[in-house]
Amino acid sequence: MLKLKSPHEIKELQLCLEASETTRPCISVCAGSGCKASGADNVIASLRKELEKRNLAGTIDLKSTGCHGFCEKGPVMIVWPEKVFYNGVSQSDAKDIVASVMNGHKPVEKLLYKDPNTGERILHEHEVPFYARQQRILFGNNGKLDPKDIRDYIKVGGYHALGRVLLDFTPEQVVESVKRSGLRGRGGAGFPTGVKWEALRKSTVHPRYIVCNADEGDPGAFMDRSLLEGNPHSVIEGIIIGGYALEAKEAYVYVRAEYPLAVEHLSVAIQQAEKAGLLGDNILGTKMSFRIHLVQGAGAFVCGEETALLASIEGKVGEPNPRPPYPVQKGLWGKPTVINNVKTWASVPVIINKGADWYASIGTEKSKGTMVFSLVGKINNTGLVEVPMGITLREMIYEIGGGIPKGKQLKAIQIGGPSGGCIPASMIDLPIDYEALTQAGSMMGSGGMVVMDEDTCMVDVARYFMEFLEEESCGKCFPCREGTQRLKDILNRISQGKGAEEDLELLDDAGWMIKETSLCGLGQTAPNPVLSTLRYFRDEYEAHIRDKKCPAKVCRELIVYEIDETICDGCHACVRVCSSDAILGEKDKVHEIESAKCIKCGACIEVCQPKAVLVH
Amino acid sequence: MPTLKINGIEVEVEKGMTVLEAARFLGIPIPTLCHEDALQPYGACRLCLVEVSNGRKTTLQASCCLPADDGLVVFTHSARVERARKLLLEMYVATCPSSKRIQDMASAMGLRECRYEAKHETCIQCGLCVRMCEQQMMAGAIGFSGRGVNRSVTRPFDMTSELCRQCGACLFICPVCESRCQGPQAESTLCNGCLNISTVCFQSYDNAMCFLEPCHACEIGGPFRADVGVKPRSKDLTHIVGK
Ligand SMILES: Cc1cc2nc3c(=O)[nH]c(=O)nc-3n(C[C@H](O)[C@H](O)[C@H](O)COP(=O)(O)O)c2cc1C
Ligand code: SF4
Ligand code: SF4
Ligand code: SF4
Ligand code: SF4
Ligand code: SF4
Ligand code: SF4
Ligand code: FES
Ligand code: FES
Repeated sequence: MLKLKSPHEIKELQLCLEASETTRPCISVCAGSGCKASGADNVIASLRKELEKRNLAGTIDLKSTGCHGFCEKGPVMIVWPEKVFYNGVSQSDAKDIVASVMNGHKPVEKLLYKDPNTGERILHEHEVPFYARQQRILFGNNGKLDPKDIRDYIKVGGYHALGRVLLDFTPEQVVESVKRSGLRGRGGAGFPTGVKWEALRKSTVHPRYIVCNADEGDPGAFMDRSLLEGNPHSVIEGIIIGGYALEAKEAYVYVRAEYPLAVEHLSVAIQQAEKAGLLGDNILGTKMSFRIHLVQGAGAFVCGEETALLASIEGKVGEPNPRPPYPVQKGLWGKPTVINNVKTWASVPVIINKGADWYASIGTEKSKGTMVFSLVGKINNTGLVEVPMGITLREMIYEIGGGIPKGKQLKAIQIGGPSGGCIPASMIDLPIDYEALTQAGSMMGSGGMVVMDEDTCMVDVARYFMEFLEEESCGKCFPCREGTQRLKDILNRISQGKGAEEDLELLDDAGWMIKETSLCGLGQTAPNPVLSTLRYFRDEYEAHIRDKKCPAKVCRELIVYEIDETICDGCHACVRVCSSDAILGEKDKVHEIESAKCIKCGACIEVCQPKAVLVH
Repeated sequence: MPTLKINGIEVEVEKGMTVLEAARFLGIPIPTLCHEDALQPYGACRLCLVEVSNGRKTTLQASCCLPADDGLVVFTHSARVERARKLLLEMYVATCPSSKRIQDMASAMGLRECRYEAKHETCIQCGLCVRMCEQQMMAGAIGFSGRGVNRSVTRPFDMTSELCRQCGACLFICPVCESRCQGPQAESTLCNGCLNISTVCFQSYDNAMCFLEPCHACEIGGPFRADVGVKPRSKDLTHIVGK
């Protein structure tokens, strides 16, 4: 691609690309990590083969795109220009898909999304209930563009915001716009981005640095990865605009090394942007010079914490340091530094393009714009969803998520990553809003959302997360290092039926203390899973302690497997699956479980047709 | 010069001072475990917490690392601070019941029981030894390695480093290397003898361990009696200085 020499040329190039746009149909297949795992590469290969075989390579385009969010139904694809949405595609469907495009786009019925409630087949992506309630201002373009081709991004209006900023905005005006938009950091803490930028601009020190936090250490979170994989230029554009607003000359993107595809797409995108004159010296013929470096962190969860991340870029141990001084005062190599999350950066061009007021019109009083969640757990539609702030949990779970599988009852929703709190089903009408979630004992965090049904034991949930956090605590400060261990020990005791009544007060005290005294955000939020479950599910704790019972029948030490002799028909099926020889009985006679040998694996329940195996 | 308010008292300090220094300048005692004047602040023990309001939010912050900025409003002994410190110390006592420094501090805070199981850690990872070795002895012979539960003070390759000149400064400064006064009670209970001058421990002690900080009980109590032979717990220090 030719080097662009002025901001005006972006618009010209876009018009030119649009004009050259043919009416050629295009099959864009999701090649995000999720769909790759379910075989997208093979689908693409067989589509290509099919096109070649039928000599259609110049007639029908084939494109690999980033994640569409509905990875569970992957591989997914969209056939343009009809925008037909296919899910669960396999290699062998290539023939049918190509044939359908050639036969006047009569859709391949069996690949269309089937509404589980009505059984109806749905033709377009935006009509699928999973997408219908979403507002995808960051992720919407993922399904349209090839992340490795900068022209695709420019064609959908990319780098337009950068051009406008260079032509019409002073740096102060950019900061003012971001401030007015109400954008808050999407990395967890939700600090107002414009206020952060303004704080940096108060300093007279140069050079200044920009950092993009793409460490994404939460287990189960993959929003930043998907954005970098699917639309890396949107993040780069945001960072360059930031560079202009903050008068910085260099930026660092810290990506976890476990994201090879994101690293690859980002490096390609940076190279292309450099070639196009969007990065480097005299960007678009202006006086601005700006470079983006990629840093790969093989980091722990805690390396995502901003001070630890900066230390890690400097080559020091990735452990947090006390703030103040904040990075905007003393950041990378002691210089003022603004650090923002991937999604925060990607929101910036949207704000410039559509206006701060438009952005601020989405959401609640204090939480603006859209938030991206990874919806997982006991829910029908898992995936990556982008919703306007203020949407209720009910809409998230029942409309987008399609409800709880197997007709089970919703019990709790854990929001905000491993140290988020559990919100009980009774609070289902809570809006997605920074303050509302914090008040409820949870947090927005990075956008993890785990749905739990009636079969979940809340003591066990708290124990599980404490185990994770104990391992992820960096160990620098005492309350977090020692406190997470202590909480875990106490929870272990309770789940084994060895808890005492006083333990509940101790959990409350210790949890409060760890939150109040820890050095960084990890320790300051680590007790959330414990404190929130204590607050909303105290009776479950009490059942474990007083009655030595696990109401959800999860905690192994507190349950017994038994065979109901009036139901057992002696089919012997259970004996065959029991790996510890715990079941006695001859064929056609009543069977019995020897509890001393039983390891409570649950295998017998699964196979017993007449449902004779009971758990107490 | 920045002016801030500590416990309602207005104080003008030099630029660059910390809140801990400012409070000490006013004669307000704040307990610390990982701070030493000659070493760079580290912020790991969290005992020096104070309640700070910047107008928008009120939070607990480690005063040893907190710059005494203009306009700060600080409370060093508010109910919230006291509660947090006490709960923190309770966990410290359980983790290192044999540290005299920790036991004394807990006693002084009025802590009378410890609800956690005793663990007998040999290190609270205050980082004093590491900083001492690096910043004062200019040796850099020891450092931290590992993460979380597995983090510890180590020597390169677990051998006495060539960099170590056996000066002993690391041992000297370690707050956990002292044995506690070991009374006849369970290890997790606090003797408090120093506070109320009733010397439970004397009767059962055969070795003076209370030699570092002035312990009134020891001073007043006179010679130690050796009728009950409770030996002080000896600490394994090889993890710091090597064999
Ligand atoms: C333990 C811990 C882990 C974090 N991990 C991340 C992360 O993976 N990505 C991220 O953007 N922010 C993470 N943060 C938040 C950062 O410290 C910082 O607040 C954020 O990058 C600032 O950007 P924002 O204002 O755009 O959110 C983490 C914080 C803590 C305490
Ligand atoms: S709170 Fe936890 S993760 Fe953060 S510095 Fe302290 S020990 Fe490390
Ligand atoms: S729960 Fe597992 S171990 Fe126990 S009886 Fe059934 S199959 Fe055997
Ligand atoms: S599988 Fe069920 S019915 Fe069959 S022997 Fe076992 S308990 Fe009895
Ligand atoms: S004894 Fe060795 S390790 Fe300890 S402070 Fe001296 S030089 Fe450092
Ligand atoms: S050995 Fe002593 S001085 Fe060193 S970190 Fe541990 S407790 Fe602190
Ligand atoms: S004499 Fe008693 S009170 Fe004093 S330090 Fe020793 S044990 Fe503590
Ligand atoms: S990876 Fe294909 S939809 Fe997410
Ligand atoms: S003295 Fe301040 S944290 Fe230890």
